[in-house]
Amino acid sequence: MAQTGKTSKILGALALFFILLGLYWGLIKAPPDAYQGDSQRIMYLHIPSILTAYLSFFIVFVGSCLYLWKRERRDDILAYAAAEIGVLFTALTILEGAIWGKPTWGVWWTWDARLTFTAILLLIFIAYLMLRALIEDENRAAVSGAVLGIIGVLDIPLIHMSVYWWRTLHQPPSILRPDKAPWENIHPAMLEALIVNGIAFLLLYFYLLSQRVRLGEKQEELKNRKLYGRC
Amino acid sequence: MELLRQTYWLLWKDVRLELRRRESLMAMFFFGALLLFLFQFAFEIRPDRVAEMAPGLLWLAFVFTGTLGLTQLFQPERENSCLEALLLTPFDRSALFVSKVLFNLILMILVESAVFPLFAILFNLDYWTLLPSLFAVTFLGTFGFCVLGTLFSAVTLNARARELLLPLVLFPLLIPVILATIRCLEIILRSGAWSEGLPWLRLLIAFDVIFMTAGYLIFEWVVEA
Repeated sequence: MAQTGKTSKILGALALFFILLGLYWGLIKAPPDAYQGDSQRIMYLHIPSILTAYLSFFIVFVGSCLYLWKRERRDDILAYAAAEIGVLFTALTILEGAIWGKPTWGVWWTWDARLTFTAILLLIFIAYLMLRALIEDENRAAVSGAVLGIIGVLDIPLIHMSVYWWRTLHQPPSILRPDKAPWENIHPAMLEALIVNGIAFLLLYFYLLSQRVRLGEKQEELKNRKLYGRC
Repeated sequence: MELLRQTYWLLWKDVRLELRRRESLMAMFFFGALLLFLFQFAFEIRPDRVAEMAPGLLWLAFVFTGTLGLTQLFQPERENSCLEALLLTPFDRSALFVSKVLFNLILMILVESAVFPLFAILFNLDYWTLLPSLFAVTFLGTFGFCVLGTLFSAVTLNARARELLLPLVLFPLLIPVILATIRCLEIILRSGAWSEGLPWLRLLIAFDVIFMTAGYLIFEWVVEA
């Protein structure tokens, strides 16, 4: 991420533009759902939220691996930033899902496979942040975080399988189904709105990530100045 | 093989210490038994529902008891800078990992061997013929628990609020083990046969293999930090 923060600012501006575009597209332009009516529109936030959370998890994994391999602070800062933002997006996903679930299913929460899986993801992200916060030595905290990042991500397929075999009630995936192409499952107008919002969330995510990484780097720089009197 | 020899000696040291003072083992067993009492008060386990509830209750008891063992696991190394001394010797760091996994496994198996019959007696569950199958499944689950538990016990060694942090970090990661073991035990108690539980068993074995390997490779970095 650029030292001047210029990339970050551009990302922010683009994100803002696409968010506004996405809001218009999702709330006004796209048609209401045949069965669910307007409450379906929260999907334009809900689906991009969880996809960016998955992306975040992946970045935590990559950052953790790189850190354990090369021990460069940048990778650790990246992993931590991605974990923080990942918690945010995962929590948002669950909240949005609950808001949708109440009128649609009649309940705020149910122990179906996908919800449970997302909740477990949130717990692992939170555990990561707590682990980092409660270990005092910085290097040890970074290594510990990296270990949890790697083990956590390795565990995800196993958690996924076990939770899915245990329950299923959530509707089967509409977009990422193996047998049909994405555009055959969802009305084109809705797919357009979804893609626009998807781009908006992606840009927003990278904007937040770049800002958080810059913050981390500044903190690191400050620490080094205090300790060594130089960058 | 050098690794096996080192693992053996490290394990022997821990077992010897435990045999002398027996603190972990006794504490774990009594805690497990106490939990069974608490479960009865909490869930009112009626005779017609025992078989259904047994796997879950037993496994909860084992998970909490095991966590108790995990917080004590590296205690001998923490005292008198033993860990630093160990690290100064040219031994394979992963041998420490394997020996600790095996030590915790031994402790847990011993406790489970006592708690299983206790449960059967307290709650009138007739599963003596199924005991070998039940034990095999529990062994696989316990192994997975010990592998991740040992790794994160080492990770949180010097953290604040360690007793709280270890379960917080460990339990979400253990969900596949917990689910798979309980489902398998349920299936065996219900039908007496493995076949239905085969996917769960495969998951358990995959879990054990993946994390034993990952832990073995990563432990060196954890303990050197």
